[in-house]
Amino acid sequence: MRQFELESVEAIDQAVRHRRVHDGQAFIAGGTTLLDLVKLDVMQPEKVVDVTRLPLKRIELLDDGRLKIGALVSNTELAKHEIVMRDYPVISEALLSGASTGLRNMASTGGNVMQRTRCPYFRDPDMPCNKREPGTGCSAIDGINRNHAVLGTSEQCIATHPSDMCVGMVAAGATLVLEGPDGQREVAFEDYHLLPGDTPEREHDLKPGELITHVILDAPRGGGQHYLKLRDRASYEFALASCAAVVNLDGDNIGEARLALGGVATKPWRADAAEAALKGQPATQESFERAAEAAFSDAVAYSHNGFKITLGKQAIVRALRDATARARA
Amino acid sequence: MTTETRNPQRQDETLNSIGIKKPRIDGILKLTGGADYAADRNLPNQTYGYPVTSTIASGELTGLDLEEALNMPGVLDIFHHDNFDRLSRSPNDFAAENKVGEPRLPFEDNTIYYQGQYIAFVVADTFEHARAASRKVRAHYRKNDEQLTDIATLDSGEGELPGEDVPGDASSIGDADTAYAGAAVKLDQRYSIAQENHSVMEMHASVAHWENDRLTIYESSQGVVFQRNALSNIFGMPLEKVTVISHFIGSGFGSKLFMWPHAVMTAVAARRLGRPVKTVLTRQQEYLNTGYRPKSLQRVRIGADQSGKLLSLHHDGCNETSPAGLHDDTVSASSMKMYHCENVSATNHLVTVNKCAPTSMRAPGEASGNFALETALDELAIQLEMDPLELRRRNFAETDLSVQLPWSSNHLKECWDNAASRFGWDKRNPTPGAMKDGDEIVGYGMATQSWEAMRQHCGARVGFRDDGTLLVACGTQDIGTGTYTIAAQTASERTGIPVEMIDVRLGDSSLPAGPLSGGSMATATVLPAVSAAVREAVEKLKELATAEGGPLENAESDSIEIKDGRLVSGDRSIEVAELLRQNRVGMIDGEAHTAPGDEKNQYSFRSWGAVFVEVRWDPGISRLRVARVVSTIDAGRIINPLTARNQIEGGIVMGLGMAMFEETEYDPHGYPYNNNLADYIVPVNADMPQVEVELLNHPDYLLNEFGARGLGEIGLTGVAAAVSNAVYNATGKRIRDMPVSIEKLLSA
Ligand SMILES: Cc1cc2nc3c(=O)[nH]c(=O)nc-3n(C[C@H](O)[C@H](O)[C@H](O)COP(=O)(O)OP(=O)(O)OC[C@H]3O[C@@H](n4cnc5c(N)ncnc54)[C@H](O)[C@@H]3O)c2cc1C
Ligand code: SF4
Repeated sequence: MRQFELESVEAIDQAVRHRRVHDGQAFIAGGTTLLDLVKLDVMQPEKVVDVTRLPLKRIELLDDGRLKIGALVSNTELAKHEIVMRDYPVISEALLSGASTGLRNMASTGGNVMQRTRCPYFRDPDMPCNKREPGTGCSAIDGINRNHAVLGTSEQCIATHPSDMCVGMVAAGATLVLEGPDGQREVAFEDYHLLPGDTPEREHDLKPGELITHVILDAPRGGGQHYLKLRDRASYEFALASCAAVVNLDGDNIGEARLALGGVATKPWRADAAEAALKGQPATQESFERAAEAAFSDAVAYSHNGFKITLGKQAIVRALRDATARARA
Repeated sequence: MTTETRNPQRQDETLNSIGIKKPRIDGILKLTGGADYAADRNLPNQTYGYPVTSTIASGELTGLDLEEALNMPGVLDIFHHDNFDRLSRSPNDFAAENKVGEPRLPFEDNTIYYQGQYIAFVVADTFEHARAASRKVRAHYRKNDEQLTDIATLDSGEGELPGEDVPGDASSIGDADTAYAGAAVKLDQRYSIAQENHSVMEMHASVAHWENDRLTIYESSQGVVFQRNALSNIFGMPLEKVTVISHFIGSGFGSKLFMWPHAVMTAVAARRLGRPVKTVLTRQQEYLNTGYRPKSLQRVRIGADQSGKLLSLHHDGCNETSPAGLHDDTVSASSMKMYHCENVSATNHLVTVNKCAPTSMRAPGEASGNFALETALDELAIQLEMDPLELRRRNFAETDLSVQLPWSSNHLKECWDNAASRFGWDKRNPTPGAMKDGDEIVGYGMATQSWEAMRQHCGARVGFRDDGTLLVACGTQDIGTGTYTIAAQTASERTGIPVEMIDVRLGDSSLPAGPLSGGSMATATVLPAVSAAVREAVEKLKELATAEGGPLENAESDSIEIKDGRLVSGDRSIEVAELLRQNRVGMIDGEAHTAPGDEKNQYSFRSWGAVFVEVRWDPGISRLRVARVVSTIDAGRIINPLTARNQIEGGIVMGLGMAMFEETEYDPHGYPYNNNLADYIVPVNADMPQVEVELLNHPDYLLNEFGARGLGEIGLTGVAAAVSNAVYNATGKRIRDMPVSIEKLLSA
């Protein structure tokens, strides 16, 4: 059996200190990503630090109207929280569309941000994969890539970021609070995950020794919100294409729309071009379709995933339609 | 051999235990963890085996570096080509009941036939140690440039299907070529079904244990007798020295009918180490080493007249097989029997691919063949501008023309009528896309369901005990379908002893030999044997009762009946248990062996059904969902409506998987891409439509005394075609390759 050390920490500085001392160390929260990958031999931490006793389980409304979420708040608690359901339905819907009840009960907010791609080649240590073992090649590009990305890809990696929650958070607007050996810092949520480029092994802006302590959601944007997830079966599957839409109307026109995409991109994807195309436009099917075109104008299809471009556009059009209807309601 | 009477005119007897909704008698054990599945077995001094698998699909294993692995903690030994026992292959003969999943023995040669093939077997003191060491085995290969994992790449898309003809597989009646040439209305289409894996809940597992020269193996098996026979051949041991035990099975769907190589590795390792060895396959290993429904390509040609009368039917099939073991899925065979057509030809081709041996998967062959035929009929109906149900009615097969025999019992017309009216088929608008509901377009489709009815020879033993309980034993097994329960119901029916007092023992090859749990034949096979064994035992009881000084002294044997656990003759009676106690006998038993008789040559036996499906297609987001399934089944007498309905519903769910999601994928390099339950998509609860099953209850007394046929597979047949036909009705797109996926709908 591969041995590893397990340590439970009670305070944040303890967790952070440990991380610096040991290389090859991982935090464990819900364990729903980590244990899977350890059993598959994809992640091989020598030391596992259990952070579940840290005091990061609260959801707190800040004076400036923002909502501060502890990294250990479970996906279920977050999705069912009164303020989230009322002011951030796009996040609640995104969470509830993910995984299963049992997994959501275990999964933490921080762990969800940090979950790894579901690319099957990544998950099989016998296969070449630049993300797992830089320089070995990408098996997906000329293998099967039906579940892979069409936006933000590189010649080194085309894996999607699988999270639903993160897509909701990009649309709602959020900031990550990180605590490290050198103190605390904040990163805009949409800048946190990185494009694969030539370093697909670098997935996020978390420095060695740092822990995600909180996600702070922007003050509610109001308007109509909707998260739409498209996939083969009705539940318990990652998105083939998903769209988080937050629409504020200005009369019959769109004032501000925020759009984020999942299942089609290498990171939780802010569809800026689509947002720009919507601004000030009438809230009609034609406008939605133009926005969808804009969102995918740079998309690159691989041998099996061309349909995701169509599906992604459809997700945008329908999510906008339904979010707009809610904005009017 | 006990004789039975079979008579179609027989009056329905009043039955008390058979036909009632009896919850599974093993349910409590399952709920409380008391059911001992193979992997639950722990023996003293036990060790753990973990296979090492090939990472290439085709080539040769040129070397193994084992040193590092052998030095890992807890490792006891590593087995491979150079140090494995020299064994004999099982004859692999179905009729001799020693068929195996993959006849090639583990490590037999160094050729790599498929990715995932076992190349070594690590045994250690714990599972974790064995797994950790397995990852330190370094294999060297010579890789072939080419490998084949998808037969569709060989298909030109027209004319003959690829592959080799299977001798003896072609069958025909009349002259299909000439009739086709002369037909006014013609159809010539190709269809395919993707490879599917059984994806059983309970992992395949073996726990092997030798005591001197006797082998006992605990296995998750749908056929303990077959596995016992195969092991006895492989190890060259007398049958009575091998025992296979499989008390509970967490589903098999065919993947556990015939033994796979992991059991042989486990048994060899246990013998060499002199310690029990437990092997539990991982999901990934199971996807690559325990069979699958092979991908099939099919071509259907139909010639008809303007009234829809079928004049000619050609059904050609082609399925994948393996160099490690041949499997012929005979996808076209059932088309010989489905409808009235005087000129039919059915053939099947095989293509060898770099995968492990395919095997039977629920409704093998027929589920695939039915999809092609029933979709082709829908296409023909549209060509003729005729209602698809009416087309089928016009071609109802009054007899089985393929063998020139009458049906033993056939209520297909009632199935069609019953299901159509419950479904509301008359509300169907035949114009594609015409039925709208908000964002969704509604589509209706239907298909005929069918599966052959079979019966095998079977032994059973019963024993009346002096505490009033009754033992029933048979060397078949309950794969979760309810065999324990219906065996108890049968014994209860024939003795009047309540089901709660009946102790059923199955899943042990040392019991009187029973059938495989497959082919929907266990019920029709086991019940008559149990009933006959009761009669044998009752005869002995009568002797005891009528003996001098006995409670029924002087009674005519024929005048004595067994009722409510009592022997009754006129106004005298005695409780069986009391009789035993009076005679100081602990148990009186009876054993019987029953078998099908000449009725096989006089009648054709099949179960029938009709399935209607409503799909909902939301074109704005390319979302297809099945909303409703209505099925009516004619499977003879229903022994237990609860377990029977459960089988049909389960079959329907699997049919939805075939239609909508299931596809085992290999990448262009032969890499198995989705060998796990996250990436291999099966329907989940949220996909469940409203499912409404009705079971007709017309006993088929020609098959056995209870009139029961089987119903484990029929529920699956027809579903894929009904879905694809409904998809056409909703979308106007004809998807001929299952599963119907989003990209196929977008590109059609
Ligand atoms: C079968 C299955 C289906 C799923 N389906 C979906 C789905 O449909 N949609 C979806 O979005 N997700 C899905 N998921 C993923 C699931 O959401 C994640 O596994 C989960 O959110 C991870 O949270 P966790 O607390 O269990 O993380 P863990 O497994 O504990 O940790 C994951 C990673 O994050 C690190 N980590 C944890 N906490 C912190 C922290 N505070 N700071 C820094 N690093 C940290 C760990 O070291 C580890 O590397 C699915 C998962 C499974 C197993
Ligand atoms: S897509 Fe990325 S994760 Fe997948 S094989 Fe290629 S490099 Fe690895």
